[in-house]
Amino acid sequence: MATRAEGGSGLSWAPWALVALLGAVALGVVALSRGETINALWLVVAALCTYLTAYRFYGLFIARRVLRIDPARPTPAVRRNDGLDYVPTNRTVLFGHHFAAIAGAGPLVGPVLAAQMGYLPGTLWILVGVVFAGAVQDMIMLFISTRRDGRSLGEIIRAEMGHVPGIIAMVGILAIMIILLAVLALIIVKALADSPWGTFTVFATMPVAVLMGLYGRYLRPGRIGEVSAIGFVGLMGSILLGEQVASSPVWGPAFTFSGEALALMLIAYGFIASVLPVWLLLAPRDYLSTFLKIGTILGLAIGILIVRPELQMPAVTRFVDGTGPVFAGSLFPFLFITIACGAVSGFHALVASGTTPKMIESEAHIPLIGYGAMLMESFVAVMAMVAASVLDPAVYFALNSPGALIGTTTAEAAAAVSGWGFAITPAMLDEVARQVGEASILSRTGGAPTLAVGMAQILSDVIGGPGMMAFWYHFAILFEALFILTTVDAGTRVARFMIQDLAGTVSPRLRDTSNWTANLLATALAVGGWGWFLYQGVTDPLGGINTLWPLFGIANQMLAAIALTACTIVLYKMKRERFAWVTLVPLAWLLVCTLTAGWQKIFHADPRIGFLAHAERYSAALSRGEVLAPASGVGQMRQVIFNDYVNSSLAALFIAVVLAMVFYGLRAVAAARRSEAPTALETVDAAA
Amino acid sequence: MPLRDVMKRAAETARLMVGLPDYEAYAAHRRSAHPGEPVMSREDFHRERTERRYAAGATGRCC
Repeated sequence: MATRAEGGSGLSWAPWALVALLGAVALGVVALSRGETINALWLVVAALCTYLTAYRFYGLFIARRVLRIDPARPTPAVRRNDGLDYVPTNRTVLFGHHFAAIAGAGPLVGPVLAAQMGYLPGTLWILVGVVFAGAVQDMIMLFISTRRDGRSLGEIIRAEMGHVPGIIAMVGILAIMIILLAVLALIIVKALADSPWGTFTVFATMPVAVLMGLYGRYLRPGRIGEVSAIGFVGLMGSILLGEQVASSPVWGPAFTFSGEALALMLIAYGFIASVLPVWLLLAPRDYLSTFLKIGTILGLAIGILIVRPELQMPAVTRFVDGTGPVFAGSLFPFLFITIACGAVSGFHALVASGTTPKMIESEAHIPLIGYGAMLMESFVAVMAMVAASVLDPAVYFALNSPGALIGTTTAEAAAAVSGWGFAITPAMLDEVARQVGEASILSRTGGAPTLAVGMAQILSDVIGGPGMMAFWYHFAILFEALFILTTVDAGTRVARFMIQDLAGTVSPRLRDTSNWTANLLATALAVGGWGWFLYQGVTDPLGGINTLWPLFGIANQMLAAIALTACTIVLYKMKRERFAWVTLVPLAWLLVCTLTAGWQKIFHADPRIGFLAHAERYSAALSRGEVLAPASGVGQMRQVIFNDYVNSSLAALFIAVVLAMVFYGLRAVAAARRSEAPTALETVDAAA
Repeated sequence: MPLRDVMKRAAETARLMVGLPDYEAYAAHRRSAHPGEPVMSREDFHRERTERRYAAGATGRCC
């Protein structure tokens, strides 16, 4: 245990005291300054100092004292090395792999939506959440999977908790996947609706990717760098060409689509893309989206450091009371489910029990990769919060409020937003739209356009000046659309395999992935599932994000609760119950938040929050013979009511899944406590 | 670390980010652990890994 001795006695206290002090001062400035704007740098410094201190004193404490990682113990990568799935990998290389796998649209969107309550509540939750919940879950899951030959979360639950909880968890994961894909697709639709420039550039990525795929398949196999460089040039070209297309009297209208039309196209795309060979479209676009994602995140970090913008958003807005236009519901519990990724994301439990544990070279690398990569994702969330908060708050609310609340003209919107206390003129709103090269910026909900305007403001300050804002805006939209499309495509495949796996427990023939009927059936079910929620979201007068993002947040946090339940059970089975608080505290918090939020989404009396109250309002109107917007007839009224019942059922399903897992968890913990000896099912090392 | 090694490490990281482990390490492993058995060519290795990344049971990405 050389590392432990080294870590204990070799620690020099002076620098750490300085980091902690600097962090405390920065956090103090962030939290206590009132009435005047503060510089974004304070937020960045507070976050970085928090991460450093948390990693050194809490992350390593959990790794060494709670998990007792053993650097001498051969990992699956070492024992089962095959050069393919199991490969001992340099830790910085693996850190990059793991970070690229966990960071997506989630940490960029959640904080943008949460900014409606001011930058402070969201930032504090991001920091506290990652240190005590998110990074803890990721690292312990990675540890558990590494000790079990890299098994997946589902397999671990089945082995440690039993067959029935295994199936329940699988159903839960599938439901989460479907709602995730729907909400991601909705973000793209919201960003591209009535935006010919954005639509053209995103459409252009498809032929670009196919060309890359053919080049990489037949001309230069395996030359990822070359292929990606070609693709990058194609992307930049399509952004530049997009401006011409949008201003052309012929092509502009040809690439202008309504949200409904884009949703139907995306559904058709999802089906076709997920049955195409992966090398043709998915893999090459995956290269582009991965490298662009990493590059843009780095670029944004550098941009924030150079520009050092002031945060225009107040620290706390009056919308903490739950009356905000972006999402309905009060700070507790809805802030804590709106920001999932960046604070704690259950989805990471799937990644941490996926490819990464099969490539860990030594258990000594688990804290850096498990805890460290999640801290980095949290930093992405902080940057998203900065990008949303550097905007004029009035512009932020004009972008993020549904048309039902602010109207459809800049005059109406300026009046509505000014009425909330964020003064702005119609001319200023028109000017922002002109700067970013769009016809209108009103009600571009979903987070992506807000982030794009914020990023454009920061990046154009570094390169290009105001004249480049439109380019940077569309660059940011493209970057988000690209990796969301990749996730939609890959996620549809994953959902299809999950459906086939579940259906296989009923009829083994459906599991056969070489059977085209079974494949197409499962793909249709997967696409139909997320497509249905997507279409419902697009036609929702409150913007859809309002309904779907909380459902996604609840689902993601419930998956985290399931993962933390599994982690707790393993701690008890390892006879480390003395330290079970490490997972029990975040688990308890997530249960309180998600169960309260789930309950309120179903039963809250306010129709903006509660699905049943909303259905009630429409039913009452229907019985009076009235038609409420957005419905334009009795049939659509019935559809709205039906949607509400489906949404309530889904929320109820999430609650049922998590309660069932807690019940089985308690049983497993009781069994582990009865046993004298450790009962954890770690893979026994045959070689040593 | 010399610049060349840094560049090599960066390229390796970039490739693994899109699911491709190091081919040299694979070939070296095959030759030393399974002498006489076939070793996939660089092209086949690339194809095999690309298929695997999106195949059943691979939940290798997040939202």
